[in-house]
Amino acid sequence: MSRTPFRLALTGLAAGLSLAMSQPAARAAEGGVKPPALNWSFSGPLGKFDRAQLQRGFKVFKEVCSSCHGASLIAFRNLSEPGGPEFTPGQVAALAATYQIKDGPNDQGEMFERPGRPADRFPSPFPNEQAARAAQGGAYPPDFSVLAKARTYVRGFPAFVFDIFTQYQEQGPDYIHALMVGYKDPPAGFPALLPGQNYNEYMPGHLIAMPKPLSDGQVEYPKGPDGKAQVPETVDQYARDVAAFMVWMAEPHLEQRKRIALWFMPFLVILAFLLYFSKKKIWSRMPDGSPAH
Amino acid sequence: MSGHSSYVPKTGIERWLDARLPIVRLAHDSAVSYPVPRNLNYLWTFGGILVFMLVAQIVTGIILVMHYTPHATMAFNSVEHIMRDVNYGWLLRYLHANGASMFFIAVYVHIFRGIYYGSYKAPREVLWILGVVIFLLMMATAFMGYVLPWGQMSFWGATVITNLFSALPVIGETIVTYLWGGYSVDNPTLNRFFSLHYLLPFMIFGVVVLHVWALHHVGQNNPTGVEVKNVEKDTVPFTPYATIKDLFGMVVFMIVFGWFVFYQPNFMGHADNYIPANPAATPAHIVPEWYFLPFYAILRAIPDKLGGVLAMGSAIVVLAFLPWIDTSKVRSMNYRPIARQLFWAWLVVCIGLGYLGAMPAEGGYVVASQIFTVLYFGFFVALFVVGLFERPKALPTSIADSVLASAKGGSAARLATATAAEPNVKG
Repeated sequence: MSRTPFRLALTGLAAGLSLAMSQPAARAAEGGVKPPALNWSFSGPLGKFDRAQLQRGFKVFKEVCSSCHGASLIAFRNLSEPGGPEFTPGQVAALAATYQIKDGPNDQGEMFERPGRPADRFPSPFPNEQAARAAQGGAYPPDFSVLAKARTYVRGFPAFVFDIFTQYQEQGPDYIHALMVGYKDPPAGFPALLPGQNYNEYMPGHLIAMPKPLSDGQVEYPKGPDGKAQVPETVDQYARDVAAFMVWMAEPHLEQRKRIALWFMPFLVILAFLLYFSKKKIWSRMPDGSPAH
Repeated sequence: MSGHSSYVPKTGIERWLDARLPIVRLAHDSAVSYPVPRNLNYLWTFGGILVFMLVAQIVTGIILVMHYTPHATMAFNSVEHIMRDVNYGWLLRYLHANGASMFFIAVYVHIFRGIYYGSYKAPREVLWILGVVIFLLMMATAFMGYVLPWGQMSFWGATVITNLFSALPVIGETIVTYLWGGYSVDNPTLNRFFSLHYLLPFMIFGVVVLHVWALHHVGQNNPTGVEVKNVEKDTVPFTPYATIKDLFGMVVFMIVFGWFVFYQPNFMGHADNYIPANPAATPAHIVPEWYFLPFYAILRAIPDKLGGVLAMGSAIVVLAFLPWIDTSKVRSMNYRPIARQLFWAWLVVCIGLGYLGAMPAEGGYVVASQIFTVLYFGFFVALFVVGLFERPKALPTSIADSVLASAKGGSAARLATATAAEPNVKG
């Protein structure tokens, strides 16, 4: 008797869950292929950005991406701040000066252009979204400032539960890297591409307006003492570097956050132990002298 | 539980103040000498954790407001300004955003504990209803807070949820227009949500004061559900016993909180909310914050819009009627063999609804949501019916007896108390 309602509930639960579980396969097909999870230097509790990688990523961004994509929330000065690419302030001032920034009005009431200063934000390639769309055949190249946090893919159950413990949260850079290396010929049977459409393995729906942006050897990387580039000048490497740079742009205080956690979390654990033993001590005697439990 | 005051003013100043405004006496009676059942488990520390979370949210929120701009064209960037240029702004914002989630984790534990141990039963009905009011206020506050960063989910979540009110007959459209301050979600909506998001936490604070007042008047429930009979034997003074235990619970909770803030700050958020609000582009799947998902699943399970809104509203309001829905005289489900199983099944149903709320409303998910919605409300029907015929296990005669029995660990001791307790079962 007593077990009947429980069994009923369990049966209902099983029926509901099996119905629910029959769906995700259909969704995965619509969404695209899951990007491979890469090793990132900034993942995990001890994660830090790789300065050289951020500097390379900035070079890729500046020479390739920034012709269409803005980074309007990033100031030049950020590039020399701790926890980022850490260019020298001199390098940043020189870099900023290569840009013409619109300023004003001056005391004549005129707008004018002047060389950039470290405090200026990165100039966007288009004055507004409409201008960008007009130049890009209707597509809008999104701003890069927080894009690494704005892109993800469905982790699904139970992966998202394990992510709490493994601290996996690099869906954004994994997806961005996969997108860069995901340009392929459409498989047989895929509907013919219209002008302005490109096939990408990892794009949800596989159709992307952006043409393949990177190719091997396109960006020259700093040379080592032997005169060779220290990392391969390949699309895969460019994609990793620019994705890492985008994570820094989206989360410029990541290193500070993890550094604080490095002492704060152990502090909490020690405090918890101290409180636990204090609690044990206090509860070992009841006010009337009887044992606790 | 409120006995005579044991406060003795020691200095002249204290005596002078005590005769004019007995505020120190109030603090002493409610936080030092207040008698607490000695058998409370760690689930009872969540009340204190919730007070901590409310204060933490108010403090971080007040500082965030100093840097935030409530305007449709500037809100998103002002949040990013906090994240980038304000000293420790990232910490404040992550504390506040994750704090909302942690607040709800704690409140759900608190509510489920109340249901399991029958803390809503006489004489604690008003205490319980005040709790449901706090829960409703929390939901309104959290919903409006999520709109403030003015990302895609902020905007579209606000659009979907405010539109629900239009389902109400006659007054629906008017309510929606007042919520929006216009004919769509726009800058006026953002401004009034900001204003209310600042106001509601203080209203929550006010109701929390009433909640705690009611609690201190009727006294705490406890895992046996047996009322305190002998204050000397059954209770311990709040300080130091409950104070140290609550502090320990709070710090353990802070470790979990810190884990998310420092290591996974965006785990409980939605990536789409890092895309600025765009009225011209609807996200593929509009999902509310995780703590609303079970109710969202119930909303979408009903094909009719008004029906869905009513079902969702009832799913929350039904909690307020629990004291009268539950027909059993026995409080704690530890002594209710059938109700206890119902409870655990219902907990699974609630989590299942949460999962379904995150899935798209199509195909099997809708059917599953409908089954689970029936099961959700079925729990309350079952609780009503089961209370009429269930034979509860024997209750301990007193809190002290139950503590001593479990301390001895002997089944003989428990048997003895159990027999002695028999006449008490229906009392």
